[in-house]
Amino acid sequence: MKNRVLVLLVSLFTIGALAQSGGELHFCLRSEPKTFNPLLAADDASETVRYLTGGVLVRVNRLTQDLEPGLATAWKVSDGGRTITFQVREGLHFSDGTPFTTDDVAYTIQQLMDPAMHSPTGDSFRSAEGKVETKVLPKNRISITFPAPIAGLDRLFDQVAIMSSKSPQKEMAVLGPYYVWENKAGAYLELKRNPNYWEKDSSGRPLPYIESVKLDIQQNRDIEMLRLQRGEIHFINSLDAEYFDKVASQDPSMAHDAGASLDSEEVWFNQVPNSPLPAYKKAWFTSTNFRRAISEAVNREDMARIAFRGHARPAIGPVSPANKFWFNAKLQPHPFDQKAALQLLTQDGFHLTDGALRDHEGHPVEFSIITNAGNKYRERMATMIQQDLAGVGVKVNVVTLDFPSLIERITSSFNYEACLLGLVNDELDPNAQMNIWLSSSDTHQWNPSQKTPATAWEAEIDKLMRAQAATLDPKKRKEAYDRVQEIAWQQEPFIYLVNKNALSAVSSSLHNAHPVVLRPQVYWNIDQLSLTSEVAGNR
Amino acid sequence: MKWARATAIAFLLLVSAACLLANFIAPASYAHQFRELPNAAPSRQHWLGTDDLGRDRFSRVLYGTRVSLLLAPAAALLSSLLAALIGGVAGFAGGWLERCVMAGTDLFLSLPWLFLLITVRSLLPLNASPLVSVLITFALLGCLGWAGAARVICADTRVLAQSDFVLLARASGSSGFRLLWRHLMPNLKPILFAQFWISVPVFILTEANLGILGLGVAEPMPSWGSLLRELESFSTTPNPSWQLVPLVLFILVVSSFHLVLTKEELPV
Repeated sequence: MKNRVLVLLVSLFTIGALAQSGGELHFCLRSEPKTFNPLLAADDASETVRYLTGGVLVRVNRLTQDLEPGLATAWKVSDGGRTITFQVREGLHFSDGTPFTTDDVAYTIQQLMDPAMHSPTGDSFRSAEGKVETKVLPKNRISITFPAPIAGLDRLFDQVAIMSSKSPQKEMAVLGPYYVWENKAGAYLELKRNPNYWEKDSSGRPLPYIESVKLDIQQNRDIEMLRLQRGEIHFINSLDAEYFDKVASQDPSMAHDAGASLDSEEVWFNQVPNSPLPAYKKAWFTSTNFRRAISEAVNREDMARIAFRGHARPAIGPVSPANKFWFNAKLQPHPFDQKAALQLLTQDGFHLTDGALRDHEGHPVEFSIITNAGNKYRERMATMIQQDLAGVGVKVNVVTLDFPSLIERITSSFNYEACLLGLVNDELDPNAQMNIWLSSSDTHQWNPSQKTPATAWEAEIDKLMRAQAATLDPKKRKEAYDRVQEIAWQQEPFIYLVNKNALSAVSSSLHNAHPVVLRPQVYWNIDQLSLTSEVAGNR
Repeated sequence: MKWARATAIAFLLLVSAACLLANFIAPASYAHQFRELPNAAPSRQHWLGTDDLGRDRFSRVLYGTRVSLLLAPAAALLSSLLAALIGGVAGFAGGWLERCVMAGTDLFLSLPWLFLLITVRSLLPLNASPLVSVLITFALLGCLGWAGAARVICADTRVLAQSDFVLLARASGSSGFRLLWRHLMPNLKPILFAQFWISVPVFILTEANLGILGLGVAEPMPSWGSLLRELESFSTTPNPSWQLVPLVLFILVVSSFHLVLTKEELPV
């Protein structure tokens, strides 16, 4: 893996000498962006525009997963994680020519943390009540002080596109490689190369190489595929397994499987004490042996091979192996072992009678799994679980619900037994999962909003998550989060099923594209992408 | 067109017989996943190949047809009976009762069916077995599908209630339920039959729509809706042509119902 990264880095450095400037890059958005304000971006399309146009102080390299300088040449976290000081580049200008200064950083932070703004990006910085202080320092430096320590503070700035405090164009004046040139609502969005973009390649040529980017709004995946085959678009950033196989069968060189992504699919049992479930079912679901037995009776290999056509990996725990630093490499996937599962169930008084599993009071073991209607992968997984669990005498009813009904059941009425859903993960840092693991959180899905932790292991997770968030020492944080992963592996409040692979399709006319598992998979190095001379010339 | 009607009836009988005998004809259980053979092409073992989970498609078509073909007429019967009761009473009574009932019917007709079905479906108990879920789905269709037919029957009853033979019946002492049951209902039979035959394909289509949305019959039980859902991945499946079999069968069956219905001999 290290060698692969090295080769890719070398190719990134040498591409400058070979890259063809000009041309227009085409790809599709599934919907039109809801906002051009980078601080309000929450949907995929708006985030795409933010990534292509926004200049950030520091950038997470999607290939190495390391933090790299952006508009800031250096930065330092101090005061126990409360304060960050940036050394900002001098002499830069926004796309409209407005000079960039530390005042713009202060303005952006003020906007970001303004409660009236309701910025989803700002939510990550809200560690405690209180005011955020920005101090413009001499020599192009600025310090930002938060009311409480924030672990992984510097990495959060990867999402903060700096806005101009003085430009009459407001958020349309940008510091990123492109700026919005034309927006034809519902049809397309055209971005032009930012003439004031600060970055240059190794040979001193200004970046980005590609002159413009046209983003067509296209919801229909079949049409998107057709357009890729016709050469009308240059890549599809994210594909599902079926479309990926279709691309691979037609032109293997276009299909890129970057391996397991950060996204996971999981099942959990309802452990809410006041849920309207019978007491004996609550007893099953709160039993560690029961959850582990169910986990071991499920064939994850088959799931990855059949439901995802081999483009997924059996999941191990809350952190995907794609998350290089935070993944606990000591953990192994739960084996598929129905005998061991039955032994675990026997320890809890369950017994098999005429092929049906019964608890110690004689209740037949039967439960329903709800999932959202219309997601064929989840429906397939649920149906496979149904057959697998029949092997240990458990009867499963698969119930597909429209999404609002499902959300109502898992967040409000708690009238469900088990739920199969996925977790989309954009952040590498464990702080992003704080809301899932803290027992007091309302998204602690199996038993939310607990006043005090219901179990000893949840109390330990609370303690560890708070401990890792309170220290800046990466080693200590890793130790704490490794332990969280171990507890999650042992207790299985979430039965992790698979990690889907990051699949994409890239035309051979696009140079220097090295799809990765982190979003945006294909165009993470947008400023270094180039088109072949024929395509660049034709466009 | 006699031959067309005869062919349609023969075809419907053949399909009905095949699905009724599914337990004997089907080579495998409709639920069993042959996990080494997902999306397999037709073979001796699997005459129509397998679906994306490796389930025998021929068996699923047989059982799915049985579900749709048996329960759609049952739901149509339920809705026709409700329509006869509500429309018949309203048309016979006339006056303010008819106006109230028809206003209620209009209100019912204006409801967005599909959303209503989705809402009611989501309120059902989660631990319903697939068999119960299929019965509930079609019962819902039957309970919600009477309004259009009730308007037609009401209008027809009103006309009949003012006819000479009803006047004679009244003169000879018939009144109330006896008049409705003995004199009006036999004359409403043709319209009731027509409404029944129209409803059968409509309910099959509605269940298919629900199935396509993933809200029809619960897994692993097949229905035409869930079988037609396979076509979502038609362009990306290795052996797609065999996915068309349920669609072809569906078109043939619905067309056959219409051929049976439009024949002059039918009591329309």
